[in-house]
Amino acid sequence: MLGEGILRGMAETARNFAGSYVSKERLTTVEYPEQRIPTVENARVFPFLVYDGPDWQAGMRCVACQICEKECPPKCIYIDKSADKKPDYVGKPQFYPAKFDIDISVCMSCQICVEVCPFEAIKMDTQFELATDDRFGGLLLDREQLAKSNEYYHSIHPTEASEVDERLAEEKAKTEAKAKAAAEAAAAKAAAAAAPKPNPPAPAAGGD
Amino acid sequence: MVTSSTVENLDQVFIILRDWITHFFPPAWRQAIGVLLSVVAIVCVFPGLFALTTVFERKGLGRIQNRLGPNRVGPFGFFQPVADGIKSLTKEDIIPASADGVLHFLAPVMLVVAVFMGFAVLPMGRNMVLVNMDAGLLFFFAMGASTELSVFMAGWSSRNKYSLLGAMRAVAQMISYEIVLLLSSVSVVMITGSLSLPKIVDAQNQYSHGLPHWYIFTPWGLAAFVMYAIAATAETNRSPFDLPEGESELVAGYHTEYSGFKFALFFLGEYLAMFSISGLGTTLFLGGWSAPLAVLSFVPSWIWFFGKVMISIFVFIWMRGTLPRLRQDQLMNFAWKFVLPFTLLDLLVTAMWRFMGEGWQRWVVSTVILAGAYVLMGRVSMYRQHFALRKYRYAE
Repeated sequence: MLGEGILRGMAETARNFAGSYVSKERLTTVEYPEQRIPTVENARVFPFLVYDGPDWQAGMRCVACQICEKECPPKCIYIDKSADKKPDYVGKPQFYPAKFDIDISVCMSCQICVEVCPFEAIKMDTQFELATDDRFGGLLLDREQLAKSNEYYHSIHPTEASEVDERLAEEKAKTEAKAKAAAEAAAAKAAAAAAPKPNPPAPAAGGD
Repeated sequence: MVTSSTVENLDQVFIILRDWITHFFPPAWRQAIGVLLSVVAIVCVFPGLFALTTVFERKGLGRIQNRLGPNRVGPFGFFQPVADGIKSLTKEDIIPASADGVLHFLAPVMLVVAVFMGFAVLPMGRNMVLVNMDAGLLFFFAMGASTELSVFMAGWSSRNKYSLLGAMRAVAQMISYEIVLLLSSVSVVMITGSLSLPKIVDAQNQYSHGLPHWYIFTPWGLAAFVMYAIAATAETNRSPFDLPEGESELVAGYHTEYSGFKFALFFLGEYLAMFSISGLGTTLFLGGWSAPLAVLSFVPSWIWFFGKVMISIFVFIWMRGTLPRLRQDQLMNFAWKFVLPFTLLDLLVTAMWRFMGEGWQRWVVSTVILAGAYVLMGRVSMYRQHFALRKYRYAE
């Protein structure tokens, strides 16, 4: 109780005061709008839709299966299935979402939609500056706002995106191999069908 | 090469300016106009200093906590007070429905007026005192004590439990420390033999071997200054004695129910009280406007006064950035069981100093008594655990 603790404290704050002008390690502030720390790879904010190729409508991976809509705990995804079909990445005709809206004012960033999607079509974004002056319309993102290219996906989650690409390529190769095999089989079959029959069917001759 | 007349002119530049402006008026008006000009100068300079201090305080506190502090408005954030002023002017002025409207309005006005009155008797430079009152010190303390009234008016009229609690704390604290503030100044009066602040400065404005005769450089003066500084911190409700507005328990204390410009007035009042009490401390113990070394006497006196005040403000900010807030019982114990007895002892030592005559004996005797009492009182209170470290029985 002689005040030496106060003096020690004052010396400490004085060291901080002077040190913050000379030492970069002391001053850890990142002046946010001008300076940014790159987001870490596993960061996640709200979901977005992945598309391949240059055109978001043609390359949209989503097939409007509506699993995510059903699984979404706060029910913030709204999907309308299209009437017609468009080819997916392997060329198979699939439905596509005529409407795909996510209400990010309701979304709780749980990532369940990403977990359940069998088509690698919905992924988590890292974009967090989503403030708007319209709290109803401005926070209801439609499919055009949600669609982000696969290159963007690579830029924010490189590891995960490469795994997804590998898996898709494998699947595509498998499908193609299957198609090829099927085509070969069909061709063989066709060839077999086209070939002259060595033995005319016996029963045709009749049993009467 | 500066001639002595330029030095003289620079020292008296504000007096010369005032006389030059007043000579345009008829002789009968001159005195009134001169006073009016001085008042306008005080009313402009100190709020200007207040604005600067808020930026420096926020930047300084930031640096103490290894942050940057405000740096958005203008170069290095120096226009922050302008933005704050515009904000508080344009904000809605809310008066609670059950509040006493008249008192609620009068409290901040009274506070600022009472604090401004204190500046009237402060000598801010050679010949730069608005009212050269024989009992200037008494007037200053009378005005300082009336700020307690406005604090309680604010707390009472708001009709809010936090405001009332904050105001009661503030009044209890300010009255307790006001005694110490007065008694520590009394020792200066005992030596000087005058309540007039310009005379107190003149008594310190002497040099032997080029060193000044400031009262802080005597044992009794140093003790009185330390006690004065503690009491001044408590009197202006600054950290670590900022219980009246302890936001962790009282929202904002007595100005909880104030918004907009009335809140800004409370803020202004707090800082003006800091300036005036630092100004008085400078006058009483730090030689007022006199230079710290005889060779530096050519620097204008008002620079020394404002420099010393700003250094005191810096120490205020530094303490705020360092010390945690006291508990109410610690605050009261500290005032009544340590600071007050020590100040009373210091009065005794001052009297001894006065009557022991010149010589080295009085230095030794007063130093021994004061240092011994300081150590003894500190140790005894530690032993009794009045202000000892708090023990957390279940947390260890």
